[in-house]
Amino acid sequence: MHFEARFSAVGGQGIILAGTIIADAAFLEGLYAAGSPTYTAQVRGGPTKVDIIVDSEEILFPRTAEIDFFLSLATNSYKKFGTDLKEGAIVMIDPALVTIPDEHRELYKVYEVPIIQLTSDKMGRMVYTSAVALGTMVALTDVVSEESIRKALKTRAPKGTESYNMKALSIGIDYVKEMLAKGVTT
Amino acid sequence: MKKNMDDVRFWPGNIVVAEAAVAAGCNFFGGYPITPSSEVAAHMALLLPKVGGHFIQMEDEMAAMGTVIGASLAGAKSLTATSGPGFSLKLENLGFGYIVEAPCVVVNVMRGGPSTGLPTQPAQADVMQARWGTHGDHPTIALTPAFHQEIYMETIRAFNLAEQFRMPVILLLDEVLGHLSEGVIPPKPGSFEIINRTKTTASPEDYVPYDTSEGDVPPFAPYFAGYRWHTTGLNHDRTGFPTTDPDTVTFDEKRLMRKVTGNRELIDKVEYFQADDAEIGIFAFGSTARAAMVAVKQARAKGIKAGLMRPLTIWPFPNNQVLAFSKQVKTIIVPEMNLGQIVYEVERSVHSDMPIHRINRVGGVPINPSEILAGIEEAA
Repeated sequence: MHFEARFSAVGGQGIILAGTIIADAAFLEGLYAAGSPTYTAQVRGGPTKVDIIVDSEEILFPRTAEIDFFLSLATNSYKKFGTDLKEGAIVMIDPALVTIPDEHRELYKVYEVPIIQLTSDKMGRMVYTSAVALGTMVALTDVVSEESIRKALKTRAPKGTESYNMKALSIGIDYVKEMLAKGVTT
Repeated sequence: MKKNMDDVRFWPGNIVVAEAAVAAGCNFFGGYPITPSSEVAAHMALLLPKVGGHFIQMEDEMAAMGTVIGASLAGAKSLTATSGPGFSLKLENLGFGYIVEAPCVVVNVMRGGPSTGLPTQPAQADVMQARWGTHGDHPTIALTPAFHQEIYMETIRAFNLAEQFRMPVILLLDEVLGHLSEGVIPPKPGSFEIINRTKTTASPEDYVPYDTSEGDVPPFAPYFAGYRWHTTGLNHDRTGFPTTDPDTVTFDEKRLMRKVTGNRELIDKVEYFQADDAEIGIFAFGSTARAAMVAVKQARAKGIKAGLMRPLTIWPFPNNQVLAFSKQVKTIIVPEMNLGQIVYEVERSVHSDMPIHRINRVGGVPINPSEILAGIEEAA
């Protein structure tokens, strides 16, 4: 098994932590994981990404080549980091923040999930964006189980925020499940 | 290494360095933050106060290197971390560290370009600077781990070698490794060797700072413990005071070199990957060695017998090991993230007209396995 995910956003949205949680979940399942963040010179507001590789074998070359799952929360990060995607890759965008070229809807399986709106409406605090985003990924891929992600997120969540993070994860999972039940794809 | 999550830490390479340093007994960090090494400093600032150590951020890299040497002479196990531009600034004091024989560890997380270059992107273009950057004849020990578990153990080894031979030791990483997070299982305390510098048995009255009657590494007495010291970057005699006596200077400079050349069996470390029956050899270090391992596997799947030699100790350069490797293979390919540096060492280690192929890349993007595979196929 070899799976590559890329979470891209603008600096400060907390996506680098999301990568760590996937890795922790992978370790729980006896898998190997590697994560590489990319920084720009800006602390906040610059395009950022984190690449996560999960593999059943030891990961030798730790950089991505064919990405299976790409999440983008900003148009500029989509443009900068929407490369190396496998044909038929799952691409998840927040439609309020990201516009993509039409031809990409042919190349990839594009899902539109209003992650920011969902987080804002149902959690009230934007710090839970990455937990909601993780939920969407878990619901769309089978790289790690929901149970492992829950366990990893619970361990990593700051004390006192565990239940909120669990809720945020469920919001992401439930939204995607409903979306899939309705038969919504690109 | 199948993993139990409770033991696995998902750490960036830079944090592995900091954790391992403290495990090795490091109790002082003096630095000036610079991308892509800053996480080493940040994490040391977090760890050191908890173990009774000290962290200081100085006004610049030169001063930082000064504190590292000063702390070392006061008895601390000291560390600093930097990247190319900062390493350039530390070089003068690094030379001071060699001549006053101050054990310490200097980490260089290499980034792209001369000058300020590419702050957030990788390179391996400081490898010759690590050997020859500071002026004058001097010994060098530099280590180039490639995996996080290895970074942990090699950081400990860097401290051990520094202490054993009373000299600065350089740990060369690159941005790929410094920022990459992967699983590490920190070894249990007590499960690895820790070497501490040999202390003097002389009384303060009888102490001679550079007494080499017992061997090439003079026994150490810390500052502020009643022992007399004279510390200078000038060539000095056994008392530590300056001398221009040709015989004394010659003896002492040769002794400094001999600490490394005379102890190669304790310092050298080379790893091989599928090299036993290899016909196409690859010599690579750091993160590039990992790309080479993938290329070796891909080449073998195509029926080409490729194999990798990778140094964990890159300085002193493993000339004899490369020579032996060259007698086994038809050619050696040297991929490195620079425009050709360590390839010269490979060339001069191979006592024949064997073709040595170069794969070079600058621009901040790591060399990928397919580039190395293409090189293997071309050479096969």
